[in-house]
Order: sequence, then C-alpha cells, then structure tokens
Amino acid sequence: MKLHRLLLAPSLGTILIFMALPIAITTLYSVLTPAQYGGVIWEPSSEAYIRLLFERDIFDDTLTFNTDYLQILGRSVLQAGVATLLCLFIGLPTAWFIATRPAGQKSLWLMLVTVPYWVNLLVRTIALLLILRDEGPINRALHAIGLTDGPLPLAYNNFAIGLGLVSSFLPFMILPLYAAIERFDFSLLEAAYDLHANRRQAFFEVVLPILRPGLIAGGLLVFIPGIGSYLAPDILGGGKTLMLGNLIGMQFQGSRNWPFGAALSTILMAVTLIALFIIARRAAREDA
Amino acid sequence: MRALAILLLTAAPAFAEGDLFIYTWGEYTPPDLVAKFEAEFGVKVHIDSYDSMETMIAKLRAGGAGYDIIVPGDATMQVLIAEDMVEKIDVFAMPNYVNVDDKWREVYWDPKREYSAPWAWGSTAFAVDTAVVKGDTSSLSVLFAPADDVKGRINMLRDMNDVINMAERYLGIPRCSENPDEMKRVLELLETQKAWVKSYDSETKELMVSGEAVVSMSWNGYAMRARDEKPTIAYVYPREGYTGWMDNVAVPKGAPHLDNAKAWVNFVMAPENAAMITNYARYSNGIKGSEAFIEPALAAAPEINPPADAPAPEFIPTCSPEATALIDKVWTKLMN
Repeated sequence: MKLHRLLLAPSLGTILIFMALPIAITTLYSVLTPAQYGGVIWEPSSEAYIRLLFERDIFDDTLTFNTDYLQILGRSVLQAGVATLLCLFIGLPTAWFIATRPAGQKSLWLMLVTVPYWVNLLVRTIALLLILRDEGPINRALHAIGLTDGPLPLAYNNFAIGLGLVSSFLPFMILPLYAAIERFDFSLLEAAYDLHANRRQAFFEVVLPILRPGLIAGGLLVFIPGIGSYLAPDILGGGKTLMLGNLIGMQFQGSRNWPFGAALSTILMAVTLIALFIIARRAAREDA
Repeated sequence: MRALAILLLTAAPAFAEGDLFIYTWGEYTPPDLVAKFEAEFGVKVHIDSYDSMETMIAKLRAGGAGYDIIVPGDATMQVLIAEDMVEKIDVFAMPNYVNVDDKWREVYWDPKREYSAPWAWGSTAFAVDTAVVKGDTSSLSVLFAPADDVKGRINMLRDMNDVINMAERYLGIPRCSENPDEMKRVLELLETQKAWVKSYDSETKELMVSGEAVVSMSWNGYAMRARDEKPTIAYVYPREGYTGWMDNVAVPKGAPHLDNAKAWVNFVMAPENAAMITNYARYSNGIKGSEAFIEPALAAAPEINPPADAPAPEFIPTCSPEATALIDKVWTKLMN
C-alpha cells in the first residue's frame, strides 16, 4: 500500500466508528420490536414504519390513515426552510460586506461573526428566551416607552423557534458565502457593466451563478441541522409543538418506543441523503 | 452476642477503602454528607449526575458505567428489579434499617426492601402566586378551568405522564387507563387547556419567580425554593389528589465497590444523615428521628406538611405498554 493512502486512515476510521456504525445500529433497531421498558427485543417487525402513516385500531387491528407524523415532518421542513431563507437574506449582504473589506479588516469581521458561537448553544438559546419573554427586556422597554399595553407574545411560539434557528445557524450561511465571494473576480462585474448589463442583470446573470456552490453549501448547512433541531423548539417553543428532533427524543424517553424513534431517525437521514444526492448530481451536470 | 454482631456490622465498612461512584440527580447530594462519609470511611466519593431516569437506565443498559450507587424513582426502581439490573443487598437486614419509617418499608417497588433504601420523597402538584390568584385554590380547576387573569399564564411540567395523570384526576379517570374513550376525553381537556398554557417547562421555579407564570405544576421542594425568592408563592395539595414519588438508594449490578456502596446505603439511613438530605434538597426523607436534625423553618414548611384534609399522595407504577401507547398518542396529538 502506498504511504499516502495511510494518511486517510484516521478519517476513514472515524467515519466508520462514529458514523457508519451508529447509522447501522439505528437502522437495525428500527426493524425490531420495542421492549416494555425501553430497549428492543430481537424480533423483526415493520410496525415502526407502518405507524408513520397508519393508526392501528386497538380493537380490531384495522389500519386507518394518520397524518400526525406527516404534520410534524411538514412543520420541521417548513421551519427549517424559512430559517434557511432568512439566513440567506441576512447572510448574503453580510458576507458581501466582509469579503469587500480591505484585506487587513476581513479577519476581524470574520472573528466578530464567530464570537457569539464561543458560547454554548444551550446557553445562547436560553438567553434568547430570557430576552423574548413577557418579563424580558424587549417587552419591558416597549411597555416603558408606551408602545404596548400588555406584553407582546414573542416567546413560546413558532416565531421564537424560527428566530432561534436563524440565530443558531447564521454563521453556517455566512462563512461559505464569504468564501465564494472572496474568490469572486470583480473584473467580471466590470465586464458585465461594459457590456451594458444593468445592476439587476449583473447580479442575477454573473454574480449569482458563480456564488451557487456557496449558496448550496450554506443552504444545506442551515437546512439539515435545522430540520432535526431539538433545542429551539424545546426551549423557545415552550415545549408546545413538536419538531422531528423532539418527537425522536420522546420515543427514547417517556414513550419507550426505541424502534419507532430509530425509524424516524432513519427516515430523516434517508430524506437528507436523497436531497443531498439530487443536489450533488444536478451540480455535477451543470458543471459539465 | 447480637449487640456484638451489630457492632461488627456497623464497624466493618469502616475499613473499606478506595472509591465510591455515585450516579444521581444534580444538586441532590449534600456536600457535607459526602465529606462526613469520606472522613468516616476513608473513601473518596465521586458524583456524576443525570437529567432523567431514561438517561440513567440507558447508561446502565449500555453496561460498564462503573457506578456503585444510583438513586432511582419508585417506578424506575420496580423496573430495575424486574430487569435484574440492581444488586440484592438486603437493605432490611442493615443496622440502620430500624430507622426507616414503617410507611416506607412495604412499598410497591421493593416490597421487602431487599434492594433499596429511602433517599427522599415528595409530591407533584401545583403552585400558585397568591398575589394574583385569589379565592379557593384547592382544586385542579385552577389549572383546567382557569380564571381570566390566569389564562395564558399557566405552566405545565414537560412530562407527559405528570400532565396526563393530573388531567385524569380532574376528570375522575384512573391512572394508566387503557380505555381509548377515556383517553380521548383527556386529550380534549388538555387541548382546551393548551390555549391558556404559556409553556410546558420543568423550570417551574424560575417561571413563577419571574412572574411569567402565576400558576404552575410543581414539585413540592421546588415550590419551597420558589417561595424563598417570592413569598406569595404557595404550594397546593389539590383535593382531587396528587402524585407522590420516592427516590431510592440502590446498587447497580456489578458495582465495582460493593462494600463501599453498602456502607453508603446504611449510612444514609441514619437520622442525622437523612436530615442533611432534607436540609439540602428540601424534600422529606423516610427516616424516623431525622426531624430533630432538620432546620426548624424547614420542618414547619407547608410544602412538606400537607394540610390535615389533603388526600394521601398516590404512588404510580410504570404503566402497561398499552396504556403507554395511549399516553404517547395523546401527547403527540396535543403537541401537534
């Protein structure tokens, strides 16, 4: 074996032990039978997957269509999607601003983007809750200057969850976009203007296609963790709505149905992988 | 001869040396109790904490956790015994067992006290801020048929079993119901109530003290801590009934320091030691004679002294898989 292949061994080993193996175990557990007090019995069962779409009548075992879990999936996709768009709208101008600073200033601005992320995610999420809630500084200030009578319902709802997702994942959008804009050759923009492109055309016909890889990377880095996020709905949503992450957590805790939790995880992973695969193939085709 | 045997039994662990690994709830083990044990037995105590029974069970199931002492709640204790995950250490035969209150000897989760000793017990009901909530608060209707100024300012615990148990009591439905029609009524009640619920959150003390919630489900010890910070907070023992729970000291199978673990179990059943638990964690212990060592303000606190007309706490074993499936269904629909 050539020496340079050995250089890959640590990362391959890590992927095998910490990714492939857990995924294999999760997938395996999803087709087993739940044990009474959590854990699994080694008897194959497809019940966990049937349960995603159908409700089994406890009297006569007939199956009826059940949208409970599809709704939770839909809510997760929607929340993550909205958060991704918001991150894009905030992240693109920010990244543009940083990438166009003089060389000496860039690293300072980049550092400022990452500063909030030196604090643990849980702490940041709780801090956001304290800011948003009825007795928090925003509501107190609005009340003090006479703009509101009672507190605005900022916390414990979908708005708070969305805000939490955006604030959690914004740098994952800014950094890849920054990398893309950094490499952007601004003489192309001048060339576009020389060829009578207006600003709008220059942006959509020249800038955006070149930024595409950064946009896709940033979008995936926000959307994928967003869809499975656990903390934001748990804390900022006041535990009033479930997203996929909370539904999965619940199955391993109070509901004691590990196979169903594992099935939900497997499906989340499958959906993510399929989306990634499609995007990667389209990107490859367009590059070709 | 018997006196000698007892003397030997009590004295024997004094020679035990090494370590003791305790796995328990956070902020639950008094530092002075640990220091006293370390000095008396020459053992170094290490404490790890968990945030839920499920976390603890999952770690034990995975094996090799290396803990000597765990502190499971009553229903979990029953599961651990059924699944053969705890050492039979014959607590009933330990010298300090004479101090255990009769009430805590023949318990459903360990009928002969072969596996576990009492650590602390308390109740799960609710607390109100009497500055806002006026009038008779002794009924669960404060939560389920709230007055207008309470609507939107209710916090429920983030625990599907506790919330559903409470709704069942309000409706007069038994715990762990396997009847879908009954559970449908539970869901309807909780869905109606959800419009008035601010959050399902277990940080009840903070929510009540800050004024975010004026009515909140709560554990009695936590309500007492809340009252320390805001005197208008009062814990309620509702007349429809409430849940009681007890945490127990037990030894997981294969504990590496079995002798030290047994010494600890015996140690915490001594009245002056049990009193330290109450003084620190603010929950009652199950040990006779500990009253003499409990801080006077604490001993008289309404949170740990239910009024004479309050019903007895209800201890609830783990529900059947059928009942659990219905509880899961109600909770999933409620959160949708």
